[in-house]
Amino acid sequence: MSTHTLSVLVENKPGVLAHVAALFSRRAFNITSLSVGPTSDERVSRMTIVVDGASTPVDQVHKQLEKLIRVLKVVELDEDAAIERELALIKVVAAPELRAELLDVAASFRANVVDMGPETVVLEAVCSPGRLDSLLEQLDRHGTCELVRTGMIAISRGAGTITDEEPEALAVSA
Amino acid sequence: MEVTGAQALVRSLECQGVDVIFGLPGGAILPAYDPLRSSSLRHVLVRHEQGAGHAAEGYAWATGRVGVCMATSGPGATNLVTALADAYMDSVPMVAITGQVPTAMIGTDAFQESDITGITAPITKHNELVTDVERIPAAIAEAFHIASSGRPGPVLVDLPKDILQATSTWSWPPVLDLPGYRIPGPPDAERIAAAARLLHQARRPVLYVGGGVIKSDSHEALRELAETVQAPVTTTLMARGAFPDSHPLALGMPGMHGMYAAVAALQDADLIVALGSRFDDRVTGKLAAFAPKAKVIHADIDPAEIGKNRTPDVAIVGDLRTVMGELARAARALVDSDGPTDTADWVATTAGWKRSFPLRYTQDSDGPLKPQHVVERLSAMTGGDAIIVAGVGQHQMHAAQHYSFTKPRSWINSGGAGTMGFAVPAAMGAQVGRPDELVVAIDGDGCFQMTAQELATCAIEGIPIKVLIFNNGFLGMVRQWQELFYDERYSEVHLGTTIPDYVKLAEAYGCAGLRCEQAGDVDAVLEKALSISDVPTVVDFRTHDAEGVFPMVPVGRANDDIVLGPEFTAAEQQAAARKEVIAS
Repeated sequence: MSTHTLSVLVENKPGVLAHVAALFSRRAFNITSLSVGPTSDERVSRMTIVVDGASTPVDQVHKQLEKLIRVLKVVELDEDAAIERELALIKVVAAPELRAELLDVAASFRANVVDMGPETVVLEAVCSPGRLDSLLEQLDRHGTCELVRTGMIAISRGAGTITDEEPEALAVSA
Repeated sequence: MEVTGAQALVRSLECQGVDVIFGLPGGAILPAYDPLRSSSLRHVLVRHEQGAGHAAEGYAWATGRVGVCMATSGPGATNLVTALADAYMDSVPMVAITGQVPTAMIGTDAFQESDITGITAPITKHNELVTDVERIPAAIAEAFHIASSGRPGPVLVDLPKDILQATSTWSWPPVLDLPGYRIPGPPDAERIAAAARLLHQARRPVLYVGGGVIKSDSHEALRELAETVQAPVTTTLMARGAFPDSHPLALGMPGMHGMYAAVAALQDADLIVALGSRFDDRVTGKLAAFAPKAKVIHADIDPAEIGKNRTPDVAIVGDLRTVMGELARAARALVDSDGPTDTADWVATTAGWKRSFPLRYTQDSDGPLKPQHVVERLSAMTGGDAIIVAGVGQHQMHAAQHYSFTKPRSWINSGGAGTMGFAVPAAMGAQVGRPDELVVAIDGDGCFQMTAQELATCAIEGIPIKVLIFNNGFLGMVRQWQELFYDERYSEVHLGTTIPDYVKLAEAYGCAGLRCEQAGDVDAVLEKALSISDVPTVVDFRTHDAEGVFPMVPVGRANDDIVLGPEFTAAEQQAAARKEVIAS
């Protein structure tokens, strides 16, 4: 699957997520994940949208997103020049005889144990989606009871930032 | 000065230069209707909110200004949905104002509550639920700015009842806060130059003109460009009137029911210049087989249209009036410096196609009345000096094909959405916007019955539209598809010609009602209809029920498979398939 990552700055106003969701539905765009949260500017939220390029024309997603009035900026992140992370909370069966091995696997992925019970442990893993998939594969033999993933967030490497290029904002008055 | 939200709304609309609102009141929007009484704004009280929406569209099509409609919450607002979807598809500038239940009740399934901003998010250019009375002037000003600038479209402003009743300090003009709204700047000069070079080199160019040329009022630059480079011009369903049909370079409408010459010219072109058009499936036919030899220049104000369906060789994003002006100037400079373009053979070929494979139908003097004949007589009698409004279906195609358009904004129809019932209310809106023009709705009997109640509005408000019903007793276009693609197995398409009695219906609505059943009577009946100016007029033309629309590119097929229709011989059809010119 060829995924593309779009970082989208949007106005922090009611209805924005509905407009973005309506656009994806209306245009039959397939998205792999969408995460949204505040930025250092309280008027602005940031979405990270992962699009499946095989089934969806990424260029159209980009352009149609830019047409939404509340969307401030859309940047496609280059996979090689971006840091991509996803947080997962994973509840895994921890049988006594396999518990040490399970903790070794967790350690090798730098996953933290955030809850430990007699039958299960909850791991907290922060890594790239691909590495997270590998971790989940390793955990399969122990038995994953429950999984929560945040969807990916991403940021470009180096000094450049998403706000470097000012959007062509339009100064108008009635 | 302290004003209520309702007063702020009405004042904002006045300050925005609105002269008319099409609407229908109800509970949640009630506060807005009180200050309306003492306002200079004209309110046209429709009989159904869908009529208000289409009337606002018709007004916008005819005038180029933003059309305004208003409705209450819940069903009032949802009745606007079809018109909003229609306006969105056809890029019609429109502002819809809806009442909403009080903010404290939103989300509680209150009486007449509907999530109209949620419902209309995919079919509006923008919408907003206003939750602060202070924001009303800015919300209205932003709505008009967004609706009318860039690629135009509908904007909905949802106003909860308590916000309309709250008070705030009036101030105008508001500051628009639209940091994410971008309108393309001037077109890229290098791309204009590259496009002009391609045009100058082309041997078989075609200008593929869409609705953007009308919306940007760039028809004069279009004519200048076409004549400078001697390129034939096709005007899509959305662009009829952008280029005079009588012009020697005019090929007419392309597409599924386009003129053979327009369809064939696009197929054989070595260069297509798409101007405010969007490679719609009804124009391209099977996309992979569309214009296989053509390079493409695509100019549009909406960057998302570039490359959506066909990848262009030169893309120009910008306001078409500027683009067309600069393109015409650059082309003129090339012609002046390097000599005229070499398109004479091509122009002769396309003109030969026009002669060889014209629109053809047979009107026997004592045979059934043909819809094409009525359109042609109307065209001759008005000389193109009328605003023609159509619904959707066979009558729409016959009108678009057979009426000879001479100027922009003289053709109004539902193009992208294909909304049956569009014509009567849209004609009403067009007539309100241009009261001195002759406004003629050409409608089908199926379409007419969907929105005929607005005849009451027209009669009472003194809006003297003419409605020509092509009454063939069928959902004619569906019938045609069942005839051609379902082996004449007609399923649920027969409406009957006598119920309702359209003459009596017209009279019941306070309109003049006329009937015409024979070709020989068409001129007299049309003359009479066109002469009535004190009341709206409805004419029941009893047209042939088996008449099809041709030419036709069967859906999903390549444009090269165009079918000329039953009026042409097998030999002629074969000649057309070989793109020959038949000597006259």
